[in-house]
Amino acid sequence: MAERRYTESHEWVSVEGKVATVGVTDFAQSQLGDVVFLELPRAGLQVQAGDAFGVIESVKAASDLYSPVAGKVVEVNDRLTQQPELVNKDPYGEGWLVKVELSNGVGDGLLDEAAYKKLTGGRAE
Amino acid sequence: MTEPLSFEKSRESLPGPRLPAAGLPGVDPAQVIPRARLRRNRPHLPRLSEPEVMRHFTRLAAMNYSISKNFYPLGSCTMKYNPVTNEVAASLPGFAYLHPYQPEETVQGALELMWDLERALCEIVGVDRMCLQPAAGAHGEWTGLRMIQAFHEDRGEDRSEVIVPDSAHGTNPASAALCGFKVVEVRSDAGGRVSLPDLESKLSPRTAALMLTNPNTLGLFEKEILEVADLVHSVGAKLYYDGANLNALMGICRPGDMGFDVVHLNLHKTFTTPHGGGGPGAGPVGVMKDLEQFLPRPTLERENGHFKLDFERPRSIGRVRSFYGNFGMLVRALTYILAMGADGLSQASEDAVLSANYLRTRLEGALEFPHDGPCKHEFVASARNLTAQGIHATDLAKGLLERGFYAPTIYFPLIVPEAVMVEPTETESKATLDAFTEAVLEIVQLAQTDPERLQAEPTSLPVGRLDEVAAARHPVLRWRPPAQD
Repeated sequence: MAERRYTESHEWVSVEGKVATVGVTDFAQSQLGDVVFLELPRAGLQVQAGDAFGVIESVKAASDLYSPVAGKVVEVNDRLTQQPELVNKDPYGEGWLVKVELSNGVGDGLLDEAAYKKLTGGRAE
Repeated sequence: MTEPLSFEKSRESLPGPRLPAAGLPGVDPAQVIPRARLRRNRPHLPRLSEPEVMRHFTRLAAMNYSISKNFYPLGSCTMKYNPVTNEVAASLPGFAYLHPYQPEETVQGALELMWDLERALCEIVGVDRMCLQPAAGAHGEWTGLRMIQAFHEDRGEDRSEVIVPDSAHGTNPASAALCGFKVVEVRSDAGGRVSLPDLESKLSPRTAALMLTNPNTLGLFEKEILEVADLVHSVGAKLYYDGANLNALMGICRPGDMGFDVVHLNLHKTFTTPHGGGGPGAGPVGVMKDLEQFLPRPTLERENGHFKLDFERPRSIGRVRSFYGNFGMLVRALTYILAMGADGLSQASEDAVLSANYLRTRLEGALEFPHDGPCKHEFVASARNLTAQGIHATDLAKGLLERGFYAPTIYFPLIVPEAVMVEPTETESKATLDAFTEAVLEIVQLAQTDPERLQAEPTSLPVGRLDEVAAARHPVLRWRPPAQD
C-alpha cells in the first residue's frame, strides 16, 4: 500500500497511479464510536479538495466527510451499506470509503503521518 | 419490567364495548370508495376491555419520566417547569373554543393577545417586529433565513453561504441547507468562543448570514459579540440569533442591542410552554426594521383600536404556517410573561445562571472543565478523566438514570470530548441541585472503585442498557403479529 496522507478533518488518502483511496482515520472511528450509517456518493461525482462528499453517522454524532483530493469518484465501497462496522474494524483496509480518479496530483495541504499524529496528540494509531 | 403492546395483550374472546345500532341509513363503502382502495380484511385492532386499556396506558405513563416527576438537567434545550397558571389561561373558553375560521371581528380578544405578545417579545429581545407563525425553533430558523435570503435577492445580491460555529446546534446548518445555502463552519478559539481571525477569513461577499447562539452551546457569553456584529455587517451580511439560550439573558441584555438582525425564540424553552412530546412548540421570529417588509404574511396591525390581519404585503416571503400558528402556546407564553413581570424575568435569568454556576463549582474536581468559568445558564464538563477506568460520558448518564434523575445531554457540543452538558434552570431548589451533585459524585467514586458495576447500570428501571448500535443499524419500526398469516 502506498503512503497515507491525512486531513485535519480526519480523512486519509492513499494514491496508486491515478487513483486515490479515501477513508477515515483510526482516530476518527475511535472518537465517533460505533458507526451505524454512511451516506456515500454515487460513482461519477466530481469533487474538489475540501468538498463534503458524504456523511458518517455513529450513535454519538453525524459528521460530514471531506475529500482530501480533487477528481472524480470512480468506485464506492458498497459493502458499508450492510456492514458500516467495517469502518470501526478496519478503517485503513476493508473500511475504505471511495476511490477518486485524480484530476491533478495530491495537494500540499495534507499531513504526513508524523504531523497527523501530532494533531491528534499521539493517538493516531 | 416492561409493558406488552396492546396488540400483544389482545385476545379474540374479549369483547370491546357494544354500541347500539345508530338508527341511521348506512352507506356501503364499495359505493363511495374506489375498488382498488377498499380493504379486503378488517384491520387488526387490539381487543381489550376498558379497565385493561386504562391500566395499560396508566402503567406506561407511570414509566415515563418528566419534569413533573424530577430534575431534568438537559443542556442546550431549556427544559423549564411549565406553571399550572399557563394551563388555566389556555383553557379559558374564550381562547380554547375559538375556531380558526371565525371572522376577524369575533376574535378581537385573541388578536389583542397576539399583539401584546408580539410587543412583549420585541421589547425583551430588542427587535422591531415579530412573526408568531413558526411552529418550532427550527421552523423559526428557516423562516428567518428565508427573510435574509429575500433581503439580499431584493438588493440584487447573490449570497450563497451561511456561516455557523463548530459549536452550533445541529439545526443551524440543517436550516441553512434546507434554505439552499452552502454551510461554512467557523472555529471556536481556545476559550470556547468564535475565533475572530477565523471568522474574518470565512466572511466574503458570498456570505448571507452568520448564525450564532449567545450564550453559546458551551454556556459561554460571546464577549466579542459587538466586534463579531461589526465584522459580519462590514461585508453586508446579516447576523442571526438562535434563541435557544435566551434563558440566560432575559431582562439583562438584548440580542437586538448586540447587533443581531434576526432573532428566533423558542416559547417552549424560555417562555414555559410545553416541550417535546407535550408540545406543540412555537418559534416566533423577530426582525429589525430593514427586514420588516419580508415578514411572513399576514402581519397583525392595529387601526383605531381594531386589530386586523394584513395580507397586502407584496414583498412578504408568504405564509409559513396555517391559521395563527400554535395559538394555545401563545396564550401560555404571554401568561408567563405577565405573571413574571419585567423584574421576574430578570430574576429568572439570574437564578438560572446562579444555579448553573453553583452546580459547576460543586462538580469541580469530579469532572474536567475544558473552559474557564463562570458560565451562563449551562455548562459543559468532560468525563475524559474517567476513561482510564473504561468509563465514558454514557456510563455517567446511565448511572444518573439509576439514581432517579434524567440524564444530561452527552457528546454535544462535538468540540468537547466526552461532553456532559448540564442546564439546571431557575426553578430548581438548592436541595435538588445538591441531590444531583451527590449522585454525580457517587458515580465518579464508583468509576474508580467498581467500574464494572457502573457499566451494568441501570438495573432498577423497566429496561437496562439498550443496544443502541443494533437499533440504529437494524431498526425495527413496525410490530407484526407472530407468524399468523
